[in-house]
Amino acid sequence: MKPNLRRREVVKTLLSNRKNLLVVAGLGSTSWDITAAGDSSLSFPSWGAMGQAAMTGLGLALAQPTRRVLVITGDGEMLMGLGALATIGAQQPANLAVVVIDNERYGETGMQATHTAYGVDLAAVAKACGFRESRLIRKESEVETLREMIHAASGPLFAAIKVIDEKLPIVLPPNDGVVLKERFRKALLGPSADVLAEKP
Amino acid sequence: MQPRHDWPGEVYRELVAANVRLVGYVPDAGQKRLIELCQADKAMRAVPLTTEEEGIGLAAGAWLGGMRSVLLMQSSGVGNIVNVLGMVKVCRFPLFILVTMRGETGEFNPWQVPMGEATARVLDTMGVAVRQAGEAETVAAHVRAALRIAFQAQGAEAVLVAQKVIGIKSFQEQANQ
Repeated sequence: MKPNLRRREVVKTLLSNRKNLLVVAGLGSTSWDITAAGDSSLSFPSWGAMGQAAMTGLGLALAQPTRRVLVITGDGEMLMGLGALATIGAQQPANLAVVVIDNERYGETGMQATHTAYGVDLAAVAKACGFRESRLIRKESEVETLREMIHAASGPLFAAIKVIDEKLPIVLPPNDGVVLKERFRKALLGPSADVLAEKP
Repeated sequence: MQPRHDWPGEVYRELVAANVRLVGYVPDAGQKRLIELCQADKAMRAVPLTTEEEGIGLAAGAWLGGMRSVLLMQSSGVGNIVNVLGMVKVCRFPLFILVTMRGETGEFNPWQVPMGEATARVLDTMGVAVRQAGEAETVAAHVRAALRIAFQAQGAEAVLVAQKVIGIKSFQEQANQ
């Protein structure tokens, strides 16, 4: 079945009315996607550390158990850190959702096929790892339902959303890692984001 | 089995004093007691990882959320984190790693030697400051200093606990730990 969902529209829907949602994006296309949907201090778009988006989301979810955390990443990025699904399954963070925007391609390196193009089912992997809810999504209506679940359902939650393998204009977030980190902490933690204020 | 000098107990107390709440680890026999102390502490969350690399993302995410974390690993694990240390450097994330060494004095497994020999240089190359704790009595002081720099100055720090401190010389001894 050929996908008909478009990644920018999917991500825009997922991030609409985002309230207090904390967002981590994997390197490459999903970082451009969340920026195209509207940059926010409470978004942490990655420019590297391939394979670590889901784990960054886990660390954030454990540190902020009263906030909802959404990881948006690509299929190639998720495949590089597949063990994270097992680690998240073992920890059962109720406030974490991992969403893979699955175009079955390595989008930044020449659109080579990833393992999902050969039938590897990431949603089934997440389910087997103990995610409370795991879905393979192909329809627009399911994206809106997922958006609601990200804010309300008891996680960990996983979804792989099949999208068209299109090459889109890049929308760049800030690339200075210190800026991305500090703006996130200040927006989330307020004055206590000051390192010196954190003396035990 | 408790080591002659209770360096794991001392390190645990340093972690508590530094308000560390999250501990990512891939187990090493040399850190068995420390891991158990962290697991038993209700104010701490010990997170087993499938590979050490996951610990870097975990630590970064925890810091974004305002929580202090540390990583525990064997020297072989240092080889698994090299690329993602780039994120630590470029974002200046605080990082504290306690590494128990293999491939040193008394090593019985030759396959552990190459990574053990390269551990300090690999960390140094990627911008992680290395402190070598050669004696059980010095581990806690190194840990205290490294935790302070990690969290107060957003530094990347590793304390390497020498294999002679761990003292494993055979598979039998390892099994008995």
